[in-house]
Amino acid sequence: MADTHDNQVCDKQVHDRQGLDKAAPATSSHRQARAEGRAPLLDVCDLTMQFGGLKAVDGVTLQVHPGEVVSVIGPNGAGKTTVFNCISGFYQPTGGEVYFQNRAMHRLPGYRIAQAGMVRTFQNVRLFKEMTVIENLLVAQHMHAERNLLKGLFKTPGYRRSEKALMQHAGDWLERVGLLEFANREAGNLAYGQQRRLEIARCMVARPRLLMLDEPAAGLNPNETRDLDDLIVSLTRDEGISVLLIEHDMSLVMGISDHIYVVNQGQPLADGSPEDIRRNDAVIKAYLGEE
Amino acid sequence: MEDILYFLQQVINGLTIGSTYALIAIGYTMVYGIIGMINFAHGEIYMIGTYVTFIVIAALGMLGIANPFFLMAAALLVAVLVSCAYGFAVERVAYRPVRGSKRLIALISAIGMSIFLQNYMRLAQGSRDMAISSLIPGGWEFGLESFAVNLSYMQVIIFSVTLVCMLLLSSFISRSRLGRACRACSQDAGMARLLGINTDMIISMTFVIGAALAAVAGLLLGMYYGVVNPYIGFLAGLKAFTAAVLGGIGSIPGAMLGGLLLGVAEALTGGYLSTEYKDVVAFGLLILILLFRPSGILGKPEVEKI
Repeated sequence: MADTHDNQVCDKQVHDRQGLDKAAPATSSHRQARAEGRAPLLDVCDLTMQFGGLKAVDGVTLQVHPGEVVSVIGPNGAGKTTVFNCISGFYQPTGGEVYFQNRAMHRLPGYRIAQAGMVRTFQNVRLFKEMTVIENLLVAQHMHAERNLLKGLFKTPGYRRSEKALMQHAGDWLERVGLLEFANREAGNLAYGQQRRLEIARCMVARPRLLMLDEPAAGLNPNETRDLDDLIVSLTRDEGISVLLIEHDMSLVMGISDHIYVVNQGQPLADGSPEDIRRNDAVIKAYLGEE
Repeated sequence: MEDILYFLQQVINGLTIGSTYALIAIGYTMVYGIIGMINFAHGEIYMIGTYVTFIVIAALGMLGIANPFFLMAAALLVAVLVSCAYGFAVERVAYRPVRGSKRLIALISAIGMSIFLQNYMRLAQGSRDMAISSLIPGGWEFGLESFAVNLSYMQVIIFSVTLVCMLLLSSFISRSRLGRACRACSQDAGMARLLGINTDMIISMTFVIGAALAAVAGLLLGMYYGVVNPYIGFLAGLKAFTAAVLGGIGSIPGAMLGGLLLGVAEALTGGYLSTEYKDVVAFGLLILILLFRPSGILGKPEVEKI
């Protein structure tokens, strides 16, 4: 019952924010947007995920504003990935609400959430390994493509044209992540770092508004991590998307995040700017243990 | 020389039956490829396809239409449409509600579906054999006076229709967008869904494609043998399943190859040993494959699943 009550509060806030959104000047930056409490792109309220007797996520609330890089950090097993799974529709959360561009997401199947503009990666590489690099990017554009079976069978001019557009878009992104020369290679045969870059490109061709990256730097060497850092910054700057990030590499997190949420044992521990988090005693305790 | 001709005849007969096994096997292999489960009601879809063929041919025949090619085309169209509807319904009724639960539950659900369809057909059409006369009789004979190889027109039709179906399916899977989405789902359905692909729709489509091909097989074999009863789906389904496992379950080229191999193996057994041993050889092959190469001829070795 407590959940329902909180949800109503959430709903009301969203409505209020919508009103504010109209009033706010279009030029204000995202930092101001957060300060002014303007409509967030992603609004997660009191998210709860219960597996039998275990509450893996308990009352996590977070917001991502347009153009921001927001990180979720916490010790191993804190429930960060479960939060991701609930937001992206990989799991159905047992409680709480997820709003994306003011639309409720928490009861939608995963593919509808992706279509709404939220796309994610997983901790481990999950490419379609037996398909070629370019096919991986074409599949990710499936939702934007003409899917009419007959048009596809008879290869109408319109179908060919749109297929060419998909190819072009995929090619652009391959070039951007430096994988154009491998376009016809099987994805499973790429080197690990290349596979990670391909995953991000695959997300990006799906034209998301919010990119969710689950430990994108895991297993990368320092050079590759720096490239990744640049790539994420350029995505927010050039493509205008927001990024929600789970990461253990603290230098990466502190360097690129606009806002950080700390989760511990499934519960929210703290949130704030990288500076706030660095100085937060509770966070230091959770990471290093009591002294 | 006669030995060679005799052998050739067996191979032709084997390829005929094998083509239809291959068509049915594709349904098993595609469904397995996507949801990792065996659709044990698939043989019944084939049986329904045969019945619809017979009914359409009989009905149009009563209207005085005698052109065999028109009859065949009409029967093909109706049989495919009806079977697709059944394939779609089987997935909705027997699979979707239990998807995500244990493998065994879906298996039992599918077997239940199979029993239901078999008995429903028995009630609706009677349990006795139904027969139609051969629409396209005759054929070519070539060889020696002492032994002539017989290649009937119907056999040629079976080869060519099967070939066309295989080519259509291959190009659909490898080149079309839906085919691409289909392959993506079979590799990682969870990821495909999070990239905006409606995996439920893709799964339905897989069942429908499998059902359509089973209906084609039903039409071809029905016209070849000229007999149908409500129980033909069971054995045909088992054989096609064997073919799918033989070729490597989950692999579409594997199903095609497995079907042809199984058909030829059966025909050679029938020709050189005794027709009674046909099934023994077919299922003996299944056991051998499961023992020595569980991933099949073209399948990739995989530890999980099955």
